[in-house]
Amino acid sequence: MDPVILSRWQFATTTVYHFFFVPLTLGLGWFVAIMQTMYHRTGDETYQKMTKFWGKLFLINFAMGVVTGIVQEFQFGMNWSEYSRYVGDIFGAPLAIEALLAFFMESTFLGIWLFGDGKLPKWVHLASIWLVAIGSSLSALFILLANGFMQHPVGYIINNEAGRAELVDFFALITNFKGLLFFWHTISSGFATAALFILGISAWHLLRKQSEKVFKQSFKIAAIIGFVAIASVGLAGHTQGQEMRIYQPMKLASLEGMWESEQPASFSLLTIFDSTGKGKVWSLRIPYVMSFLACNNFTCGITGVNELQEQYQQQYGPGDYIPLMVLNYWSFRLMVGAGMLMVLVTLFGLFLIWKKWPEKWMKWLKWMPVMIGLPYLANSTGWILTESGRQPWIVQGLLKVEDSVSPNLTAGMILFSLIGFVILYVALMVADVYLMTKFARVNPDEVVKETENFVPSITGSEK
Amino acid sequence: MSVETLQTIWFVLIAILWVGYFFLEGFDFGVGMLLPFLGKNDTERRAIINTIGPHWDGNEVWLLTAGGATFAAFPNWYATLFSGFYIALFLLLVGLIVRGVAFEFRSKDQNPRWRSFWDWCIFAGSLVPALLLGVAFANLVKGVPIDARMVYTGNLGTLLNFYGLLGGLSLVAVFILHGINFLNMKLSGDLLARSRRLAPMTWVVAFVFLSSLMIATVLMTDGVANHGPIVMIVPLLSVVSMLLAGSLIQKKREGWAFSLAGLAIILIPVSYFLIMFPRVMVSSTSPNFSLTVSNASSSAYTLNVMSVVALFFVPLVLAYQVWSYWVFRKRMETNPDKLTY
Repeated sequence: MDPVILSRWQFATTTVYHFFFVPLTLGLGWFVAIMQTMYHRTGDETYQKMTKFWGKLFLINFAMGVVTGIVQEFQFGMNWSEYSRYVGDIFGAPLAIEALLAFFMESTFLGIWLFGDGKLPKWVHLASIWLVAIGSSLSALFILLANGFMQHPVGYIINNEAGRAELVDFFALITNFKGLLFFWHTISSGFATAALFILGISAWHLLRKQSEKVFKQSFKIAAIIGFVAIASVGLAGHTQGQEMRIYQPMKLASLEGMWESEQPASFSLLTIFDSTGKGKVWSLRIPYVMSFLACNNFTCGITGVNELQEQYQQQYGPGDYIPLMVLNYWSFRLMVGAGMLMVLVTLFGLFLIWKKWPEKWMKWLKWMPVMIGLPYLANSTGWILTESGRQPWIVQGLLKVEDSVSPNLTAGMILFSLIGFVILYVALMVADVYLMTKFARVNPDEVVKETENFVPSITGSEK
Repeated sequence: MSVETLQTIWFVLIAILWVGYFFLEGFDFGVGMLLPFLGKNDTERRAIINTIGPHWDGNEVWLLTAGGATFAAFPNWYATLFSGFYIALFLLLVGLIVRGVAFEFRSKDQNPRWRSFWDWCIFAGSLVPALLLGVAFANLVKGVPIDARMVYTGNLGTLLNFYGLLGGLSLVAVFILHGINFLNMKLSGDLLARSRRLAPMTWVVAFVFLSSLMIATVLMTDGVANHGPIVMIVPLLSVVSMLLAGSLIQKKREGWAFSLAGLAIILIPVSYFLIMFPRVMVSSTSPNFSLTVSNASSSAYTLNVMSVVALFFVPLVLAYQVWSYWVFRKRMETNPDKLTY
């Protein structure tokens, strides 16, 4: 087997897996911080119960995100050493800054939040969860700026003598619009993920009429913030689609299944791809719609895959510059579809709140826990689209994936680690889901009764 | 500043990150390795885990920051090291992953088999990374096959030589002692009495390994040839410091024993980095192929930017990490109602 393909599979597997946990950490951290702040300000024990209940789920998820994140920092060097040599001068900086600014902050203050309850002044304990939330968002910012460089390299020159790209403008790197757009999109998705998570679990409890105060309040906060967050994701995505037309036209054409350039451009309602994933079998298109999506008018043109391929061959030499279109096409549609359903879910949530929990609509809550899957689907397909749409480039226009792998690795070595990661990750997922479902079903009213005699602790006291 | 100065500064900064990592994660690895043996029942094990509960994650970030700083300041070093030691690093990652999850998951279920499973994960997840880091570092200094393109040409077996294994086992031994010394400052009651009884024996093992490693370092690396005999003062200081730690353990001066054994431990990476300088990875294939601070480094611009970032944020990070240790300075009671994890 080809070491490049294996390394790509490993990167995809470990990264998609890591990103199962990241968005919930990003969003839920802020939710818990808000809940604890409400408790701090009002003294209402409902907020205290909310903080404890969601805080515990946050912690379980956080641990998974942290440990799978270590792999991310190592594998650029492990599997992609030529990439690391070529752009390390640029790409290493945001990674190092992420560790220094964000990792230290979130880990240290999480320890303080977790163990410091009762040992510290209340406001210090409260501040520590805010610092955890800020830390994880900072971490997202710097890693997304690093990814932004891979999509749209800025602030560098090619040093031919050293045979690599070198940073000449740090400010350009950290204000790269591509990275900042990713940050907007990702943070909003984090809030949306946490919102659907809270809505789903709250719905489960509300159906069983337990801890209604806690879960109605949680439901309210999540429905409102969730609706805004998903709208924000949509707006970010829309903006990204528009800049993609200019900066990564191949990604846009491939996700639309658009082989020939069109002006005005049509939107694919359904395209059937051949077995290569890059050829057309059948397609049904709606005229004008793509121009509207990409430019807010009905006239602009979109360059097709075939024209871009010719253009890139002239620019970069012979080769296949077309990404796996079928993957981008369906990833995009699953992401957008899941996002639209999420809008409906939060709208339904807002409707229930507005109508003061009408009995005849409450039975629909039973679908809410299933909807927790939607953000996970959208988050994963979104990243698959982002990364696969850039193929064959690892850094757009600068370095190809096939030229980036570590030359010393054999297929056997990568297969060994890939299988190892898959076994480990499946096992951990079983344990994680077991714990998440277990603590998601706990009735917060009963927990407090049970532990009244214990020293208060954010994790509750487990004997 | 000249690029040479910047390269030296970043070499020193990365050395400091490793020093911090060895000192901090050293004791929590030690505590992890001791956990299944020292804790006789669940409450005791919880007390042991809670001594490092607030800190282990922050300690681990020193490793991540060392990795990130290496990537940013010396991309070729990062690339050759991480791709070269591929399988070892994969195993290290598996260790760190199961360990990190274990701390969080263990307390979330009452089932004794669940808890015992995660205890052994903490044990293995502390032992394996400590061993592998020791093996990897010893090989960095002794030299590994690296070709003219800075590509590692050995395999996992290449690392498992006498000096490498001695480096690995020594690190395990000194970390266990470091863990005991930490627990002696943190535990109370029966558990403390038992942990204290373990200290002298652990010290003997750690001392034997550390002295052997330091003697081997003098004999088997090119430190003396490159820098003259003066460079060997550091390994000597490490052994002396460990001797002093032994006498302090006898006197039950726990804080001082912890500090001096810790000093002995951090002098291990200090020795390594001194011997290596100005190289960052020694090539056993040809001295011309060694990675050095100059041929592995980033551009002067990147080093400058990173220096400014470090200047502002390293002191801040140090301040709040020190503060977090101060917050949790009290001894841990073996009382189930007062434990978090």
